[in-house]
Amino acid sequence: MRYLPHTEEEIQAMLQEVGVADLEGLFSTIPGDCRRDGDMPLPEPMTEWELNAHMDDLAARTAAAPQYRIFMGAGSYDHFIPSATSYLLSRSELMTAYTPYQPEISQGTLQAIFEYQTFVTRLLGLDVANASMYDGASGLAEALLMAIRVTRRKKVAVSSLINPLYRRVVRTYLEPTGYEIVELPYTAEGRTDFSALAGLDELAGVAVQSPNFLGCIEDLQAVSDTVHADKKTMMIACFSEPLAFGLLKSPGSQGADIACGEGQSFGIPRSFGGPGLGIFATRSKFVRNMPGRLVGQTVDREGRRGFVLTLSTREQHIRRERATSNICSNQGLCATNAIMYLSTLGGSGIRQLARLNRDKAEYLKGALARAGVRIPFGAPTFNEFVAGFPKGFDATWKKLLKKKIVAGLPLAPYYDDMADYYLLCATETCSREDMDLLVKEVTS
Amino acid sequence: MKETVGTHGLVFNEPLLWEKGAAGRNGFSMPPRDVPESPLDEALAGDGPDFPDLSEVDVVRHFTRLSQWNFGVDSGMYPLGSCTMKYNPKTNERQATLPGFTGAHPLLPAELCQGTLQLMYDLQEFLAAITGLPAVTVQPAAGSQGELTGMLIFAAYHKSKGKARHKILIPDTAHGTNPASAALCGFKAVAVASNERGVLSPETVAGLMDEDTAGIMITNPNTLGLFEENIHEVARIVHDKGGLVYGDGANMNAIMGIVDVSQLGVDVMHLNLHKTFSTPHGGGGPGSGPVCVTSELAPFLPVPRVVKTQKGYELSEDFPQSVGKLHAFYGNFGILIRAYSYILSMGAAGLKKATQLAVLNANYIKEKLKGDFHLPYDRPCMHECVFNDKNQEAYRVTTLDIAKRLMEYGFHPPTVYFPLVVHGAIMVEPTETECKQDIDAFIETMKAIAAEARENPKLLHEAPQITKVRRLDETLAARKPRLTG
Amino acid sequence: MKEISELQFAEDVRYAEDHEWVRMEGDTAVVGISDYAQDQLGDIVFVELPAEGDTFAQKDEFGTVESVKAVSELYMPIGGEILAVNENLEEHPELVNSAPYTDGWLIKVKPSDPAQYEALMDRDTYLEMLKGLQE
Repeated sequence: MRYLPHTEEEIQAMLQEVGVADLEGLFSTIPGDCRRDGDMPLPEPMTEWELNAHMDDLAARTAAAPQYRIFMGAGSYDHFIPSATSYLLSRSELMTAYTPYQPEISQGTLQAIFEYQTFVTRLLGLDVANASMYDGASGLAEALLMAIRVTRRKKVAVSSLINPLYRRVVRTYLEPTGYEIVELPYTAEGRTDFSALAGLDELAGVAVQSPNFLGCIEDLQAVSDTVHADKKTMMIACFSEPLAFGLLKSPGSQGADIACGEGQSFGIPRSFGGPGLGIFATRSKFVRNMPGRLVGQTVDREGRRGFVLTLSTREQHIRRERATSNICSNQGLCATNAIMYLSTLGGSGIRQLARLNRDKAEYLKGALARAGVRIPFGAPTFNEFVAGFPKGFDATWKKLLKKKIVAGLPLAPYYDDMADYYLLCATETCSREDMDLLVKEVTS
Repeated sequence: MKETVGTHGLVFNEPLLWEKGAAGRNGFSMPPRDVPESPLDEALAGDGPDFPDLSEVDVVRHFTRLSQWNFGVDSGMYPLGSCTMKYNPKTNERQATLPGFTGAHPLLPAELCQGTLQLMYDLQEFLAAITGLPAVTVQPAAGSQGELTGMLIFAAYHKSKGKARHKILIPDTAHGTNPASAALCGFKAVAVASNERGVLSPETVAGLMDEDTAGIMITNPNTLGLFEENIHEVARIVHDKGGLVYGDGANMNAIMGIVDVSQLGVDVMHLNLHKTFSTPHGGGGPGSGPVCVTSELAPFLPVPRVVKTQKGYELSEDFPQSVGKLHAFYGNFGILIRAYSYILSMGAAGLKKATQLAVLNANYIKEKLKGDFHLPYDRPCMHECVFNDKNQEAYRVTTLDIAKRLMEYGFHPPTVYFPLVVHGAIMVEPTETECKQDIDAFIETMKAIAAEARENPKLLHEAPQITKVRRLDETLAARKPRLTG
Repeated sequence: MKEISELQFAEDVRYAEDHEWVRMEGDTAVVGISDYAQDQLGDIVFVELPAEGDTFAQKDEFGTVESVKAVSELYMPIGGEILAVNENLEEHPELVNSAPYTDGWLIKVKPSDPAQYEALMDRDTYLEMLKGLQE
């Protein structure tokens, strides 16, 4: 096997040094009744070339662009990824390194993460960002747990327009310890309805998503005014399309105490939902209650600038059962991916690209409306929106799959009152022709 | 000593991103606008972030230079104990970047993603074959999320039996994440001391195990690199009181093909695909932490689960006792591809051989170095061995100094100051992918450092000197945190 | 880390087993950690202290001190109400290292039971205890 470099002679020489007769002899400390009988039932090994053919076959049995036109976002977005980003990411010094516990030989990872932290805070309008969480969903769960720690309260409110899959993860994280989760309903225009907050007190945090799961942009300043009527309650602004902040006001500037969400949009392939990037940022005063790793700037013995992991006493390996989170491995390479992507985009690029995303989706929305499709929610949207089709549209939707078109995500499984509603997405990768074709197909 | 791999290279200085570039520069090929501009409510529109504008060349040079300040497995031997820094095969990268995989939307209808679902299903079967535990989820995004999943399963199991339990036993030789994961489920961690042989005594466990204790979390082999020889008896004691046994599979590289985990009495075990199954660590992640359980515990696994039906593969939510979801989608699928590719390349015999050679390398190092470095537990080890700096104390040389000096010879240091039960621990895990010449070079280097500690300790105190930066002021970083630029 | 003989042990305070000291100033108990404790911890980077007005029993945890790679809990050497905390430590945690018995004090307490003070160790007893720990 090409990954196992030992020759028979070398094995014999090493066994002799160790003082055992054969390889089996190395396992003398394992009692007999713990030993496995027979071989592990696995397929015969493949050569590199057999493996290539097998994997090509598996990959071919999955729908992807350009053969398919997929007008679906819902937390996983199709964006162009520059070759420079993918190429740089494959630098093995970055890819095959461990967590940078030895800073003198990990400055590449450390500076890249420091730059990532900085870009995230600038994008989200907050003071500190960590080196990443697993994904947007666990990031939101960790944000709510952090609000519970900071406020020492036991109840949180969560908008029902936060991605339903994220809300399920939140329940998994919060329920075993008995914290109460209240879901806030939504308004006819597709935003969170805060009137239900009036009857709630002692809230640790209130979480909204903007743009929300229906694609609608929440009025975060109004959310902040409502939530912060109780000064102690923390406002958590979640997102799954952070590209929107190239165009929209940042959550921090609108009063959010924590902003968290999914960063897959920043140059990371969809890859069937993972690995993605849990982005997490907050205000300085909460930094010691924050989960996840942090990189900080310092100096070396000669006074030169350098970077280290810092404030580690919050973390599991030191504070153990009282840590701010159990997170250990994070999504470091995905954070590195994001900073590479954002640096190619630059400040000018992110504004243009965000604007283009908004305009593409507005074009599709307008064209559908003109063709008689209902747009049920009136709030402004970014790059996805809900379309209401006539009863029985599911047959058309299925028929379109055969034509290699995925006409959005059916919302009926997620919301009881949204039969025949579909969540459609158009990013910069959708051409006008593609969108015109979609309009024609769904209305014919 | 003959020439070592460590030497000076041409290392470039490189500023922070925002210290370079110029407004109006551009590194991104913007798609042409083929739709009209649409107005946006002024109240929502912002100014956009303060990012620098850079050209593609700026960006490429920047990150290339940064990468040259880093040490990876591809750079050299990385004997980091408890982390299994084995070689990351390049064919895995080829497979993970196939457009059918990278372009797959996670919410596609099942008939359009049979390839990805089959891969997940088969990988689950493979991991079941390797551990002997028949039911598997690949959803957890890292080892610690696997631990959390395991603890959630413990809690759900006891709840299903009609009585919640509140404590969990955690040996002092377990991984550090265990107590934090247990705490997330509301379990109070009860520490279990290991005995003078460095393993668990059944009597100690029997003294602590009661009917309010959900079970025990055991790392086997433990963080001293020793096999928990009393595991059968320990498992029996825990099971007799209605508890469950959790196996932290971070050290699976020591026992693949040798041990059937289900025979040990383990009920739940997580694996680290980024350790045992060769996926790259990425400078901190992403990893993947699948969880394998007994058939009795299968109903509690996270949803959705991949199932095989007559129509093909599907995602099923139909498991009412499930602990729920841990990831927005199905975990770090890109990492699953790499582990799947590795297992198919190795086969059963290859994986077993990997374990044998990992254990051979560790024992060889242990034998060769135990004269120079103190070995607190002088017994046959598994895939890693733990020394400390006791022999060097007289020269005021510490584990940290030894670690820093190793860098100058071209090696990544071992894990230091862990496990906590060994004062000044130096934990060496060579893995199977290091050849005898490199192992010998490491041994020779460690011996040279032991000699330097006696004869010229200043060399160690001053190390490293040839790296991009020298030792960094971590106290300053923590006292006056500067977390953004 | 230093030898015990290299460390300072104030005469005008009493010591608890967890290495906190207490100095009575009138009816107020001033609390800090010993030179031995700060030396064991190394460079202190952060001190977490309770709020004024909080009340704790003897041996309750009232805060933590952190070095770069360790966290240690602080335990009340004497029960009572927190009258003041050393706010200087927020900006200058290093005072606990450089002046553990003076500027590096942690909290001021209104003791609920002054007899607890009398039961703490004097300098010599504390030194005996430390020597025991070293063996």
